[in-house]
Amino acid sequence: MLGYLIRRLAQAVVVVFAMSVIVFVGVYAIGNPIDVLIDPGATQEIRAKLIAQYGLDQPLWRQYLTFIANVAQGDMGTSMVYNIPVVDLVFSRLPATLELVFVSVCIATFIGIPAGLYAGYRPDGIAAKAIMALSVLGFSVPTFWIGMLLIMTFAVNLGVLPSGGRGEVGSVLGIHTSLATLDGWSHVILPAINLSLFKMGLMIRLTRAGMVEAMRTDYVKFARAQGLTDREIIFSHVLRNISIPIVTVFGLELGSTLAFAVVTESVFTWPGVGKLIIDSILQLDRPVMVTYLVLVVVLFVLINLTVDLVYARLDPRVRLKGGA
Amino acid sequence: MSDTLSPEGATLATPAAAKADSRATRLKNFWADFSRSPVAVISLVVIVLLAALSFGAPWVTPQNPYDMASLDWMDAFLHPGTEGSGGYVHLLGTDNAGRDMLSAILYGLRTSFVIGLSAGALALMVGICVGLTAAYFGGRIESLLMRIVDLQLSMPAILLALVLVAMLGQGVAQIVLALVVAQYAYFARTTHGAATVERGKDYIEAARSTPLPTRRVLFRHLLPNVLPPLIVVATVQVASAIALEATLSFLGVGLPLTEPSLGSLISNGFKYIHTDRTWLSIYPGLFLMVTVVAINLVGDQVRHVLDPRNQR
Amino acid sequence: MSAALEVRGLTTRFETRSGWVTAVNDVSFSVSPGRIMGLVGESGSGKSVTGFSILGLIDKPGEISGGEVLVDGTDLRRLSPDALRRMRGRRVSMVFQDPMMTLNPVLRVGDQMAMAVRVHDRVSKRAAWERAREALEIVGIPAPAERLKAYPHQLSGGMRQRVAIATALLHRPSVIIADEPTTALDVSIQGQILAEVRRLADETGTAIVWVTHDLAVVSSLADDICVMYAGRIVESGSAGAVIAAPRHPYTRGLIDSVPSLHPPGTPLPQIPGATPQLSHLPSGCPFRPRCPRATDICATEPPRTGNAHMALCHHPLTEEVPA
Repeated sequence: MLGYLIRRLAQAVVVVFAMSVIVFVGVYAIGNPIDVLIDPGATQEIRAKLIAQYGLDQPLWRQYLTFIANVAQGDMGTSMVYNIPVVDLVFSRLPATLELVFVSVCIATFIGIPAGLYAGYRPDGIAAKAIMALSVLGFSVPTFWIGMLLIMTFAVNLGVLPSGGRGEVGSVLGIHTSLATLDGWSHVILPAINLSLFKMGLMIRLTRAGMVEAMRTDYVKFARAQGLTDREIIFSHVLRNISIPIVTVFGLELGSTLAFAVVTESVFTWPGVGKLIIDSILQLDRPVMVTYLVLVVVLFVLINLTVDLVYARLDPRVRLKGGA
Repeated sequence: MSDTLSPEGATLATPAAAKADSRATRLKNFWADFSRSPVAVISLVVIVLLAALSFGAPWVTPQNPYDMASLDWMDAFLHPGTEGSGGYVHLLGTDNAGRDMLSAILYGLRTSFVIGLSAGALALMVGICVGLTAAYFGGRIESLLMRIVDLQLSMPAILLALVLVAMLGQGVAQIVLALVVAQYAYFARTTHGAATVERGKDYIEAARSTPLPTRRVLFRHLLPNVLPPLIVVATVQVASAIALEATLSFLGVGLPLTEPSLGSLISNGFKYIHTDRTWLSIYPGLFLMVTVVAINLVGDQVRHVLDPRNQR
Repeated sequence: MSAALEVRGLTTRFETRSGWVTAVNDVSFSVSPGRIMGLVGESGSGKSVTGFSILGLIDKPGEISGGEVLVDGTDLRRLSPDALRRMRGRRVSMVFQDPMMTLNPVLRVGDQMAMAVRVHDRVSKRAAWERAREALEIVGIPAPAERLKAYPHQLSGGMRQRVAIATALLHRPSVIIADEPTTALDVSIQGQILAEVRRLADETGTAIVWVTHDLAVVSSLADDICVMYAGRIVESGSAGAVIAAPRHPYTRGLIDSVPSLHPPGTPLPQIPGATPQLSHLPSGCPFRPRCPRATDICATEPPRTGNAHMALCHHPLTEEVPA
């Protein structure tokens, strides 16, 4: 198990490194920030001085090395727009995004999995058909439009919930979060529902497919031939088996929920990193873009690693291979 | 017979009968199974209707909403059903520039279809090539290609598209390219998965041991067998390409404002969300939703019909 | 002696694109305690569906449309779904073809067996494991306590099939339906399992329905034989009589095409043609198009001829030999 862990960690480091090169080169191919940042009326000297200050006169590989050296010291550069260290900027926005993602993933899981189980158990029933229809809506209707409808309905027409922004931040067990206050919840609930719908649709379909698949297997038929009740079969046999693909997708989707937060945050003016990245793309704020992307890659790799480890816990066949 | 509960007679009938069937009967059977779901049939009709309307937009609509000369400021913010200075009724109202919303929506929808279909088709081709190459050659080529594909699959399409659009700039071609890069991986994974299953089967081994050129084995023997799952992925991907384009344009990083796009229309309407001018955002959104959902519903039924376990 | 299992007029059909297809057509037979009944047929003959129909395990798009299934005199078809479920595993149980698939790969053998114990008997988990251990011992598994802690993939195919048989035996049912349980195993393992099953039937008095396509296995194992063709039983009788003097032309053809039941050095005869599609059966006798003895009258429903050694045929090969 330890050897397996070390091998996976080494792979993760390679992936992060490779992605940092791609991200760096990719982002630096975008436009010329000088044109955006420097007043066109500025003199040649000021221009040259600023270019040198940002290191933009260096060849790309040297810029990358400088970047890596700085990253190693925890310095991701300074935002060209906000003029504060990017690390501070991103980490000041990250908690808002994480709490949004957390709430929406909870909503998606606790509604999606039971609904999917039921739809797979009685696939021909009316309830199952309704659940499936909702799941199609959930993952095919564009997030931003649903978000807009939610604002129109609950904020504009009914006026019961705020239309955007993050609420009052309280403190629980030393963690500062808006989930600690009622006002915070009233702000987070609409965007969280908005963000969860896609994932919920996916969860429903995945759980349903796994359920239908499992109900066709010989071991379920064998269990039925032994007189086990459907409840016992579902909770003892099926759930254990379909938990494996669900955990996998859950992990992957955790990452994609982070990414989709970009859209939801824009609609609900939620002050998280998603909103930040859109702004920085529009304003060509390269250091912020690079930091955000590297952060996302690191999160992805970490999530994948965790998923693999959980996988090994759930599937005895993998456990055997991992030990070898 | 691993599927012991299925009627032996019925499963027995399928493989023998399927081989003997001509292409026409298979198509007929497919349609018979497909049309079992009225929802899917209605969805298909809706898609065809919307496609016809949007591609015929220049002839159907009363004005070209992206020709500035045809717009009149006096017509701004007309409620749906009001007659404007052009002497015709604006069924879905007009926007802040006096643009007929229905015309703008149909033009935008046309862009959606063009982008969705071309991105889907290109991604399909690239994906098939990558997936088949990996499955056919195996070894290092396979593990390298599939590593890249897996890595890309773990990255959400929206993120990839965002970065690519930021790099490539705005425009239809740029969006299509970004979508292809973001989506080909789904096709590659599906092709590879189906092809590795087929690869293990004897008939491929048999074809490889004859002096047939590699290309022939790949495209004549492997491809037909991986096609059904690809068709399903393709419908889903066209729908998601349309949704992605709209999302990017809504965020302001997609199509430039001079190009008709449902996303930009909704984004524009979003500014008036606190007023009573909700038609500006509701109607383009409805068209977008109906299109995407209809394509997904059709894809769902195709998946259901092509699933060998659901064959009767 | 009264029968442990008596099936009367069992009919199961499936809804397909081309309408309802009858997979099991008016099947009747009975098995006495301690006896092994071989249910023989080619794939597609309806023999497996018969097995599942006996347990009432037919799902949509199929349905059991008629007949009676008496286990120790209780008609399973008249029971409520829950009462029927409580009969399964306790009075009538089943073993499947592929031992790789019948055990849940992510649960330990002992947990799966203990679940099967506790569904019918309210005993502690510990007691259930002990019952499972005893059952493994009965089917001849060495070091059963350790096997219980194993996951299915850690056991060999033969071992897994023994586990499945032990699971089926947990509640000492009156009837076990064995659906080709040795087909997926090596020949040497197959021999061991067959000997074990014979011993179990003799010692425990369990009636066994052995579903198979392999006439050679049945001829050495079974007491009685039913031959199925296109959903019907076309011949039934004692194993000795059916193998030595088949009355239905189809049985004759089957026996002739088994190498081990055929004189060596002569060419192996075959039955011409293929198993018919159930959706496109000819009128009258379904074997008619492939039968060397077919005449015009075979287009009408074939009669049941004989009693103890029955044949469903207009032109049986021999008259019934009185016992």
